[in-house]
Formats: sequence, structure tokens, C-alpha cells
Amino acid sequence: MDEFFYRALAAGFGLALLAGPLGSFVVWRRMAYFGDTLAHSALLGVALGFLLHIDLNLGVVAVCLLLAVTVVVLRSTQRLADDTLLGILSHSALSLGLVALAFIQGLRVDLMGYLFGDILAVSDQDLLWIFGGGLLVLLLLALIWRPLLLMTVSEEMARAEGAPLLRTQLVFMALMAITIAIAMKIVGILLVTSLLIIPAATARSFARSPEQMAVAAAGVGMLAVTLGLGASFRWDLPSGPAVVVAAALLFALVAGIAPVLGRDRLSWRVLR
Amino acid sequence: MSPVLPRPQARAGTPLIEARGLIVRRGGRALLHEVDLELHAGELLTLVGPNGAGKSTLLKTVIGLIAKDAGSLKYRPGLRVAYVPQQFGVDANLPLSVRRFLRLQVAPLRGDLAAVAAETRIERLLDRPMQALSGGESRRVLLARALLQEPDVLALDEPAAGLDTAGQTEMYELIQQVRERRGCGVLVISHDLHLVMAATDQVLCLNEGKIFCRGAPQSLLEHPEYQTLFGHQAGPATGVYTHHQHGPECKH
Repeated sequence: MDEFFYRALAAGFGLALLAGPLGSFVVWRRMAYFGDTLAHSALLGVALGFLLHIDLNLGVVAVCLLLAVTVVVLRSTQRLADDTLLGILSHSALSLGLVALAFIQGLRVDLMGYLFGDILAVSDQDLLWIFGGGLLVLLLLALIWRPLLLMTVSEEMARAEGAPLLRTQLVFMALMAITIAIAMKIVGILLVTSLLIIPAATARSFARSPEQMAVAAAGVGMLAVTLGLGASFRWDLPSGPAVVVAAALLFALVAGIAPVLGRDRLSWRVLR
Repeated sequence: MSPVLPRPQARAGTPLIEARGLIVRRGGRALLHEVDLELHAGELLTLVGPNGAGKSTLLKTVIGLIAKDAGSLKYRPGLRVAYVPQQFGVDANLPLSVRRFLRLQVAPLRGDLAAVAAETRIERLLDRPMQALSGGESRRVLLARALLQEPDVLALDEPAAGLDTAGQTEMYELIQQVRERRGCGVLVISHDLHLVMAATDQVLCLNEGKIFCRGAPQSLLEHPEYQTLFGHQAGPATGVYTHHQHGPECKH
């Protein structure tokens, strides 16, 4: 039991460290629904992994990337509104994944585990994925931080100043795909975006710079993981949802006390 | 009051930007049709025209943000262009101070932040969040960020859009001061013609992707086509007075 718990905690911390900075960008760039769409395609990646006998994580990363590129291409060629397009892709991808898994003969998968996460089943190999992949994601994110932030503020200005838009965009998509593959293990496909968004939104209340928000979001995420897993062990709760509930409670708490402390987002000039 | 402008010195020498016969098409429609444009150092060139005339397209094409379909575009070697977009707003969820925004540039900063902040009168704003700025403050911050690139050409898309009359006057005065102090070429878009008149050296009037008149602001007032499009706008407010035939639509 102890070993399970600490392994789960390590996995959760690894994810929170990633989800903080990346989730901040998801919030700033208003990509919550986009993240959801990518996550929903992950099941298709699992099916692909089984079919091709490759590492399931690789399958997930490949399918997420493919979907991300599809979204970008369709956005520029279709006249559909963004949320309509994402709605179509999101639910088609999820259903396609479920159908594909059902088609694979003789395969019995823990569907609940994929949908809602099974952090207690994290293996040593998974931990390697989480920390190896996580380190790569954070390194790459640090490399594209400045152009990505400028693009987030104004894409037109970034283009005028010669920022490498396409490259930055593609790297960011790849980072999202890797993070989703990692997060799937822990909170499951349906809850992936929550760990990206809730800690970042919580950190927003007290952060005064983009970097502060990214780091604080990672901290909030780690706290949510600790509380959620603790509760999960104590009361035998499903671990993924417990972590998300813990994150939501932290958000509500901070959102509730932030105005009282006068640290509302527009008032930090008063404090200086 | 706005200072008396020195008219541009002889327009000899190589222009900063020289565009000939620019054509831009999108979806079979010509957005720009055979447009010529020259911008010299120390010159303030204003693009005017009704909505949809192609002003933004011309500005962006001239500085290379939009690809041209035909024509030639020559820059003085080593030319640095700073662009200030019209649409701008920082997402409420992004905690970004003015100081940080000014420093957030792809290339290393060339100018001195404190000096530029004084020049654009934004010293007091440096530690504020971007979201707490008023329209005029936000415009000055954008200008400051562009100036930190120490540009040879300053391209401004409606720098006074959405400001009240006092704010507009202040903005155009600031642009004039910057131009005089730094001697850079300035390319401005405006549809508030009466404010531009006093500030600009040259006006380029666009309609439906074509230039239909160009010249010093004074000389344009008599231009018949200009009268048709802008006659009703060329009111007082600027120091450029003009008599016009009183008609039924006049409000004075």
C-alpha cells in the first residue's frame, strides 16, 4: 500500500509539474476545448497502439498530434465556427476510439481506467515515461517560451517581428500531445483538461507575471494531487476524480479569498 | 498646441521604402491595384480612405506582413520596421505588467526602456497590469514598445482609433514629436482626416484598392475626388480651415 501510494504520488507530481506551465498557456490562449478534443482522441491512440503493437503512449502521442494538425488545417479551410469544428472532432474521435477498441478481437481493456485514470496502476515504466517525457516537455517549453508568449499576446506583432510562428505552434501542439498521453494514466481521458486548466486558473488569482503563474499552477497542481490521492486512500475514492475535486476545491477557496485579500487581478497595482 | 512642423527636407536620396505597382488579390478580388508608394527618412505619410479601402492591406503589404501578388518592393538595406497593430488586447487571465510587455520582444531590445518610457509619457504605468490601461495609455505603451526596436520605419495602424478628440490630438502630437526627434519614416493609417491634416507631410487617399489622390494635405483640399469622399469631414478642429458650400446636410 505504501509503495503504491508513493508511486502514485510521484506520478501525480510529475504531471502537475508539466500541467502547470502548459495549462497556463491553455488558459491564456483559450484552448480549453481544443485540449479536450485532443484528449478525447487519446482512446483512438490506445487502439492504434494495440493494433500496431507499439507502445500505447506513442500511439496516443501520434494520434493527438495528427488530430492537432487536422484541427489547424480544417480551421484554415472550413468556414465552420471553431467550437462547432472542435465539437465534431472531439466526439467523433472519442466514439471512434471506443468503436475501434471494440473491434480488436480478444482484447479486454480496462475502459474505466482509460476514461477516468488509474493512478494506482502506475508502473515503473510509466514513471519513466512521466519523468522522461516531462523533462523533455519542460525543456522544449522553455525554448519556445518567449515567442509563444508573444504570439499569445498578439500573433500579428509576433509575425511582424519575425517570430518563428509555425515552428512554435507545432512544438506547442507536440507538447500538448505528450502531456495528454502522460495525464491519461493519472486522471483519464475525460478529465485531462481539468488538470491543465484548474490549477492555472487558481494561480491566476495571485500571480503577477506569466512565469509566476506557471510555477504557482504547478504548485497548486501538486497540492491537489496530494490532497486528492490522500482522500482516495483514506476513503477508497476513485483517484482521478478525487484529484480533480481537490483541485476544484482549491480553486473555489482561492477565488473566494482572493478579493478579500485585495489581490484581485486588476488591483495589484495598489500593492506596489 | 502642436508645434509648427518643419516640412520634409528635399526628398532626395534613397527612400526607406519604395513600392511600385503593388497588386494584392484575395479570392479573385483585387484588394490593392497598382499602388505606388515612397517613404523617406523623416517623412510622415498618412493613408486615408473609407472602411474597406485597403489601407491596412497596403500598410501590411508594404512592410512585408502580407505577400504581394505583383509589383516591386524595395527596402533600404538593413531597414528596421516596427509595426503597431490596430486590434490589441491582452487576455484577462494573462498577468502581464507594462514593463514586461515592453521587454517581451523577439530581438534584444535596442532602446533604453527608461528613456523611451519618458518619451511616450508612460513612466507611471510601467508596473501596472496591461489590462488596467485606458485606451490612450494602451496606445502609448504600444508606441513605446515599437520605439524600443529603434526602428527606421514606424508603421501605425490607426493609432488613435477609439480615442476621444483630446486623446487623438495628443496621440498625433506624440507621433510628430517622435518623428522629429528620431527622424524615422512614419506610415500612419487614419480615417479621422481632420486630425491628420495638421500632422502629416503627405497624404495618400485610397478607395477600393486604388490611390485616387496624393500630395501635401493642403493641396488635396481642392482635389475634386477628395472632395467627393472627404469633403464633409474636412471640418475645422485642426487649423486647416476650408470654406465649403453650405448644403442641407450641414449642421452649422
